[in-house]
Amino acid sequence: MNFDDTPQEAEYRAHARKWVKDNAPDDLMQEFAAAEEIRDRDARTAQIVRVAKIWQKRKADGGWACLSWPREYGGRGATPIQRVIWDQEEGVYGALSGPFAIGQGMCGPTVMAYATEEQKRRYLPPLASGEEVWCQMFSEPAGGSDLAGLRTRAERDGDDWIINGQKIWTTGAHFCDYGILITRSDPNVAKHKGLTMFFLDMKSPGVEVRPIKQASGHSGFNEVYFTNVRIPDSQRLGKVNDGWNVSLTTLMNERFSIGARLATGVPEFFEFASQTKLADGSLAIDDKAVRSKLATWAARSNGLKYTAYRAISALSRGERPGPENSIGKLVAAPMTQDIAMYALDLQGQMGAISRDDATPAGKLYQTLFHAIGMRIAGGTDEVMRNIIAERVLGLPGDIRVDKDVPFNKIPTRGR
Amino acid sequence: MNFDFSDEQKQLRDQTRRFLSETCTTKEVRAVLEGKHKFDRAVWKGLADLGLIGVAIPEEFGGAGAGRLELCIVAEELGRALAPVPYSSTVYLASELLMLAGSDAQKKAWLPRIASGDAIGALALVEGIGDPTPRSIKVSARDGKITGTKTLVPDGEIADFAIVVARGKAGDDERGVGLYIVDLKGAGVSAKAIETVDPTRNHAEMTFNAAAADPLGATGEGWATLTKVLDRAAVLVAFEQIGGADRALEMGRDYALDRMAFGRPIGSFQAIKHMLADMYVAATLARSNAYYGAWALSTDAGELAEAAANARVSATQAYQLCAKNNTQVHGGMGFTWEFDCHLHYRRSNLLALSLGSLTFWENRLIDEMRKRNAA
Repeated sequence: MNFDDTPQEAEYRAHARKWVKDNAPDDLMQEFAAAEEIRDRDARTAQIVRVAKIWQKRKADGGWACLSWPREYGGRGATPIQRVIWDQEEGVYGALSGPFAIGQGMCGPTVMAYATEEQKRRYLPPLASGEEVWCQMFSEPAGGSDLAGLRTRAERDGDDWIINGQKIWTTGAHFCDYGILITRSDPNVAKHKGLTMFFLDMKSPGVEVRPIKQASGHSGFNEVYFTNVRIPDSQRLGKVNDGWNVSLTTLMNERFSIGARLATGVPEFFEFASQTKLADGSLAIDDKAVRSKLATWAARSNGLKYTAYRAISALSRGERPGPENSIGKLVAAPMTQDIAMYALDLQGQMGAISRDDATPAGKLYQTLFHAIGMRIAGGTDEVMRNIIAERVLGLPGDIRVDKDVPFNKIPTRGR
Repeated sequence: MNFDFSDEQKQLRDQTRRFLSETCTTKEVRAVLEGKHKFDRAVWKGLADLGLIGVAIPEEFGGAGAGRLELCIVAEELGRALAPVPYSSTVYLASELLMLAGSDAQKKAWLPRIASGDAIGALALVEGIGDPTPRSIKVSARDGKITGTKTLVPDGEIADFAIVVARGKAGDDERGVGLYIVDLKGAGVSAKAIETVDPTRNHAEMTFNAAAADPLGATGEGWATLTKVLDRAAVLVAFEQIGGADRALEMGRDYALDRMAFGRPIGSFQAIKHMLADMYVAATLARSNAYYGAWALSTDAGELAEAAANARVSATQAYQLCAKNNTQVHGGMGFTWEFDCHLHYRRSNLLALSLGSLTFWENRLIDEMRKRNAA
């Protein structure tokens, strides 16, 4: 039992570390941080995407973009453990590449699995280098956790498909060039059996992107409306009506991200409790109740870190990590919310004051809202528990009353 | 990175599990629970014959000379099987204290007998409500004699010797605290059985009346030695807890698959599925934290105190959650004497207090985090 690299891993790490040191984007980090202060959404987005593209292109030129992808598609054919080592060495600079996370993490693997060779050579390298940005259009007002309940229609028209409908919670749609889109191609069959996946140019006529104002007042997501949008059949991913299986490729990649540092709120709370004085003048961290809660949270946060180490060890041995990685978001997301609320509570009535400064208290206040989204995005807490219960513990699937009902006969109103 | 046990260590796990599944079923656990014996001698003898009691004792003192990682493996299996044997008292505490602070003569006198299964050891520490501190130690050691009462000594009734934490010099701080080996077969020792939440493990109140004592290390160093050994033992108890947590989770899962209600297996209801998923999450976090503790223990890392506290907090919470939810999944049957749920419920609540309460280890974790951050 040790935390040491193998000689090959150490060599790879040294190589990555040197490149990161020689190409450190500290100037870009400053611009990235400054962008957070820009109030206008379009101007803020433009600055974030601009610095992201500079860093991504630099990495691509150095051979460090999407490094686990094959060379012919813009990667370097790296092994999973090499990918982890790179992520560790890129460290905080990895945040710069945020705008590409969904495109490279989810759309890319889907395109790689289902597009033609010609399309892969056309679209994957610029996706890897950040020259083209992709988004993923799955969720709908009527289909979130129940994704297969989606209603956006795709109707065949000669060599094209005509798309009408609405997507929601689309991250980055307002700055993306392309997107993958799951649609209902046959409403007369059971819901999972009538779906088809496409990719499309986000500048196609009839595509309209509108920002969603979130509970926090910010706008990071969008609604995307489709009005008679034409997509050539050549941009279909997978077979007609086989979109559900295609979507599973995409979603598997969403939930499988090893060593990804999930925000837990623990370092911020530790700092907050170490600085904040309670009404009696004592430090919060000397208070019995605070210590007890912090210890529980710290142990859970540490548990996530060491669970990731176990997965990395499996990768290092050339094995597939076990299912224990499915717990990450389910542990981290609700915990950040609990921590944020407790930080408010410790300030008494003053905790109610809205703030978004860089102090620990300011960060924790922001977490209060961020946590709502974290508990839902990429699978709600409840969906994650179902996944663990069914796929890890082998418990039966939920009883699905709409399973064998044609989609257009499924009731749509609760009362 | 190889943050996992080696193939040899995994073989040891399989071997230990096989041995315990044959010799230490819940039938044997219940025999102790119901007072037929004070501990299971056959299992204890078997562990000795397999070399598992002295697994970490150096070969020159009759042990196997393996490392602490092997101890972690054995601990997990003992926890899983609810083994009714004095392993933690003898191995994690008495044996470790002897190895850390004992003279050559003391090691020669006790370690070979421990390894062979002939001597059971105990730690006599607690003198009342609350987690022990130097101030709470009133039992006195004067002129080679121990006098006073230890209110709860795990395995006190069955132990052959005890390491007694006593006050060798006047005062109320740790400078006066020493460790003393007491042969419990000698004069001036009495043990009264105490029934606890988990009667599968022996406990006694012990009174010493000028019992002959052999100092283990210097007076004044006793508390520091004890603290270090408690940190080490905390990692090992955490392994017992994750073994128990895993078993309780399996029992709950299996019952949820078999038990039908409303025309379907109860494991198809989300209320049950989600409860079991939460148990899996807690058990997984606790296992990963215990592994980090194992690393710190095996390398005697500077992080040991923090890693041990972290492992303990996580494992205590996981085992208690798994044991109580397992009982809940079993419904009314979980509340019967006949079903095994209460065995884990009892053990999880006993281990939660073993070596100090959850609050004690939470405080230790925070103190260590602050030290690291200040450094």
